[in-house]
Amino acid sequence: MFSADTLEKFAREVAKYPADQKQSAVMACLAHAQEALGWLPPEAIEGVANYLGMPPIAAYEVASFYNMYDLKPVGKYKITVCTNLPCALSGGYHAGEYLQQKLGVGYGETTADGKFTLKEGECMGACGDAPVFIVNNRSMCSHMHPEQIDKLLEECK
Amino acid sequence: MAMLGAITPVLMAGLDGDNSWSLKDYVARGGYEQLKRILINKMTQEDVIGEVKKSVLRGRGGAGFPTGLKWSFMPRSFPGDKYVVCNTDEGEPGTFKDRDIMRYNPHAVIEGMAIAAFAMGANRGYNYVHGEIWELYKRFEAALDEARAAGFIGQNILGSGFNFELFAHHGYGAYICGEETALLESIEGKKGQPRFKPPFPASFGLYGKPTTINNTETFASIPFILKMGGEEFLNLGKPNNGGTKLFSVSGHVNRPGNYEIPLGTPFATLLEMCGGMRGGRKLKAVIPGGSSAPVMPADVIMDCTMDYDSISKGGSMLGSGAVIVMDETVCMVKALERLSFFYHEESCGQCTPCREGTAWMYKVVHRIENGQGRPEDIDLLNSVLGNIAGRTICALGDAAAFPVQSFLKHFGSEFEYHIEHKTCLVPKDVQWAGSGFHKIPA
Repeated sequence: MFSADTLEKFAREVAKYPADQKQSAVMACLAHAQEALGWLPPEAIEGVANYLGMPPIAAYEVASFYNMYDLKPVGKYKITVCTNLPCALSGGYHAGEYLQQKLGVGYGETTADGKFTLKEGECMGACGDAPVFIVNNRSMCSHMHPEQIDKLLEECK
Repeated sequence: MAMLGAITPVLMAGLDGDNSWSLKDYVARGGYEQLKRILINKMTQEDVIGEVKKSVLRGRGGAGFPTGLKWSFMPRSFPGDKYVVCNTDEGEPGTFKDRDIMRYNPHAVIEGMAIAAFAMGANRGYNYVHGEIWELYKRFEAALDEARAAGFIGQNILGSGFNFELFAHHGYGAYICGEETALLESIEGKKGQPRFKPPFPASFGLYGKPTTINNTETFASIPFILKMGGEEFLNLGKPNNGGTKLFSVSGHVNRPGNYEIPLGTPFATLLEMCGGMRGGRKLKAVIPGGSSAPVMPADVIMDCTMDYDSISKGGSMLGSGAVIVMDETVCMVKALERLSFFYHEESCGQCTPCREGTAWMYKVVHRIENGQGRPEDIDLLNSVLGNIAGRTICALGDAAAFPVQSFLKHFGSEFEYHIEHKTCLVPKDVQWAGSGFHKIPA
């Protein structure tokens, strides 16, 4: 179920660990699988477990413990907003409210066209740049005031 | 970059180039010279650890444990694999210093880890990087490739016979993995649930092998300590609080950001470096060491200097050096509600007092904030927190209890006001204005 490209990435992760500790690569492999598929369906988790020679339940435990794995389909763009205290002091709550107004969905919801999923996140370690978002787990956006939010949404084609 | 106005920067000196993170720039700044000196001049492991001890470098991740002492716990002659692990799982609310070290000076971390590995006889290492800073995880991997190609890590480093393989491992959203044994579980490909200690990682760590875990800033300080000598590094700070430290300042200041200052610098000086209070408003409270540190009222923190001992005497802890500044527009009930939600959300669920207690604390603070508080709620909160602190495997339980305890202690009257009047002392529009969020265009 994984492309040759994804399998090559898996192999590179496994090589970081001692030969008898392949399970160590599970977090990275699940992240690669999610990047390739958009989310983590049960077959993908099982596929990663089989690749690493570990019980599927152990891989599922990992996938369900860490909150950047998506065990349900998400929109093309998943925007996670930090509302933790340091961000909230500098507009984190309001940035989230503005996004909800613009997209017409609440936290944990996806727009009807399947384009955006909105999530409320915990500390991203960028509190000096608040308000802060992460798009698709990969790209961090700083100082997200209304003008910057408008621009971000326009860029998400 | 937000290193404005740093006094005598050490770790972050000379980082104004366009590619300060590249190997070429790091070497031009004198990078990898200390690793070379140690390996080529055949310094002993004791010499290196001795220099670190002299510097009185204290762990920069939060606990402030003396680094040199920690290193001396490693059984250097233990046969087989030994590990050094770097904790870049920076998720303590308010903390964003390791992100800037990774962004601008990743090779200092690599050199520090290689020196640490030499000193402790370790042959493998991992840097565990917060999943949220993906771009910097990739940058660190690129830095590892450069260092490997240049022969600073890998087999037979600089022809010395010393081997050290180093890799990056990323997290994927779990605050608890900043706890060192949860982090080890996570590298082993499991849920990040802390281990019971003892055994400590120095005897039973990653894959059951001797392991030492230090924070990113701690490792990044090592080359500079060896360059200037432990004693000179110590003298940059004050006795028992050696060196400079990065402080991440967030919240209601004009210029939030990272500031590298000598330990022992007055809080008032740091506040001035940040451009003072936003809008010239009055300082109300400061959380001086990340969200887990007890909150300090303005008059107490204004008399403190920024170092482990002074902040501890003031009733809090320096922690990770994350300074969360709050002005008079803050509702302390709402502030605590958000922190309590965080600990409830991030409790790993292993210990009952923490799993259940954090849920209760959030629930009760939430109802007070939302006008449904009951007169007995303050006693209830004190009772719940007292049943969490000290009764869990790891420090997350304490970390969840301290904010509640200190907010009630110093700002209890605001909680009482909320309960009695079913509303906040600080009007909502004043709170909004305090956030500095640009008004939504009509």
